[in-house]
Amino acid sequence: MAAPVFKNPVIRWIDHRLPIFSYLHHEAYEYPTPKNLNYWWNFGSLAGFMLVVMIVTGLILAMQYTPHVDYAFNSVERIMRDVNWGWLLRYLHMNGASMFFVVVYIHIFRGLYFGSYKAPRELLWQLGVLIYLLMMATAFMGYVLPWGQMSFWGATVITNLFSAIPVIGDSIVTMLWGGFSVDNPTLNRLFVLHFLLPFVILAVVVVHIMALHRFGSNNPLGIDTKGPQDTIPFHPYYTVKDMFGLGIFMMFYAFWVFWAPNALGDPVNYELANPLSTPEHIVPEWYYLPFYAILRSIPDKLTGVLAMGASIIVLFFLPWLDRSPVRAGTYRPIFKWFFWMLVFDCVILMFCGKYPPESYWMPFAGEIVDATTFTERVAELQGIPHDQALNAVGEMWGVNAAGGSFGIKIVRLGQLGTLYYFAYFLIVLPLLSIFETPRQVPLSISKPVLGGGKATAHATAKSMEKA
Amino acid sequence: MADTTHGGSDSGTRRDFINLLVNTTAVFGAAAVAWPIISSLNPSQDVLALSSIEVDLAQIEVGQAITVKWRGKPVFIRRRTPEEIKSAEDVDVTTLRDPQPDSVRVQKPEWLILVGVCTHLGCVPQGQKPSEPRGQFGGWFCPCHGSEYDTSGRIRRGPAPLNLAVPTYVFETDTLVKIG
Repeated sequence: MAAPVFKNPVIRWIDHRLPIFSYLHHEAYEYPTPKNLNYWWNFGSLAGFMLVVMIVTGLILAMQYTPHVDYAFNSVERIMRDVNWGWLLRYLHMNGASMFFVVVYIHIFRGLYFGSYKAPRELLWQLGVLIYLLMMATAFMGYVLPWGQMSFWGATVITNLFSAIPVIGDSIVTMLWGGFSVDNPTLNRLFVLHFLLPFVILAVVVVHIMALHRFGSNNPLGIDTKGPQDTIPFHPYYTVKDMFGLGIFMMFYAFWVFWAPNALGDPVNYELANPLSTPEHIVPEWYYLPFYAILRSIPDKLTGVLAMGASIIVLFFLPWLDRSPVRAGTYRPIFKWFFWMLVFDCVILMFCGKYPPESYWMPFAGEIVDATTFTERVAELQGIPHDQALNAVGEMWGVNAAGGSFGIKIVRLGQLGTLYYFAYFLIVLPLLSIFETPRQVPLSISKPVLGGGKATAHATAKSMEKA
Repeated sequence: MADTTHGGSDSGTRRDFINLLVNTTAVFGAAAVAWPIISSLNPSQDVLALSSIEVDLAQIEVGQAITVKWRGKPVFIRRRTPEEIKSAEDVDVTTLRDPQPDSVRVQKPEWLILVGVCTHLGCVPQGQKPSEPRGQFGGWFCPCHGSEYDTSGRIRRGPAPLNLAVPTYVFETDTLVKIG
């Protein structure tokens, strides 16, 4: 921990006056890190990498983009066609948003499984949730900028969420728009905020890392490090491991950018925004789908919006909802099941957000059909008149299992999914904290790494010597 | 561990070799990233596509000058009078700061075509309209720092180092010129 002596006299001169090199040495070089981190711990640095990629490509794109309703769409097309390497920069940025969310979702679920939100890392977790919220706002605003049909109607729908607020809702929406509909003033302010927020995120990331380095990373065993025998220096061990993960990740990223650049986006957004005609299907980007499904699950406007907001807000309270002293899901036999059900639930919600709420999912037929088609199927398969089938469908709230015509209304599935989502945080975790008997956790990180059992004391002593 | 650190003392260790490979890869990677970013700052295809213009000269009288915009800059086209041509040709080239005979600056002596940007710090010199000052040498006068150009657009007095630039142009017909 002693201040390092730098060989380079210039660095020594600067460091004496501004100890930035000592600081970096302390926080990024010798920084003691649990020696048992697995690959799920790569995703924090990957998220940091994606933030840098988004800021750099975003800056360059902003130099070519025109935030005006008459020019925005064309200026994006100009970037695609005329600006040198513009297509690459835009595809990197566009798919980069998706990659950022992929990485962050894995990062969040890693935290959920290994209990990284528990004491003493509550603030670290909350700062992470804040970053996630800021990311969602930033991504939404960025999606508006190309001024395509989805941009425009996405902006209309999202800003209208605020109209659910009683009494002052409509005035707030008018203020957000700077007019009576989404228009040029709206586009201008969203552009400015889309430019600003990434730097706010960067600042919160710095604080997030400060909070992280206070107690160091959690680890797959979820137990505290007991001393130098449990840790290794960050550099070169985790810098190299992070770089290896980065290499694999960049291949994944490059796959989307070069082979399927538009696969994650909606083709309707390549149509110029038209305030007089809403596209048939408004679907958000994939990373918002679960929240969109929660919004649509609730038939009341205000409650729907509140539920969607609550689905994120609940994460802020997570450290106090899960009171189990054991962090890692590995040692929580019942928690584990509920956790994987939550992962599955989020996939189901994502699925529900993707399709029209009034349509039916027929899992055995592997189809999603609209209400009319579903009624016809029921009539056909059960050999009953059409009007009876209509009744049957109505009465069974969309579930009709007889005669192989099982189907469930997307909105019902979404409601079940929403129910489980909130139940996980508000009922399951608090109850598990009381009723679950966790398995015995290891005494130290060194023990399982060095073979455990009777050899523990001996092994610990041995690695102490090395350290 | 022993295998990776032992090696000939002058050939370096295997770890040195791996470090060299990693750093080289990183340098090439950084260059591959920097290339498109820097390249995107250069003029785009739509800007390059607008890099030539055609000008109809039929309406310009002797002694009259017009200014057209080419690549965002003014281009001076002056139909010189015989006196102006003569004074431009009579100058002793060796006395000039940027020695150039008038003959290399025009394709047809009557038509003087110049980029109207002062070679000092980029202002647009005056002298296109009869009401504007033309300086002592009858060409152009730059109001920013007082550079004076003659009837061939050559620098004669003031801080500018070079003559007004002559753009690439061709006469497509007698009265139609393509600049750029």
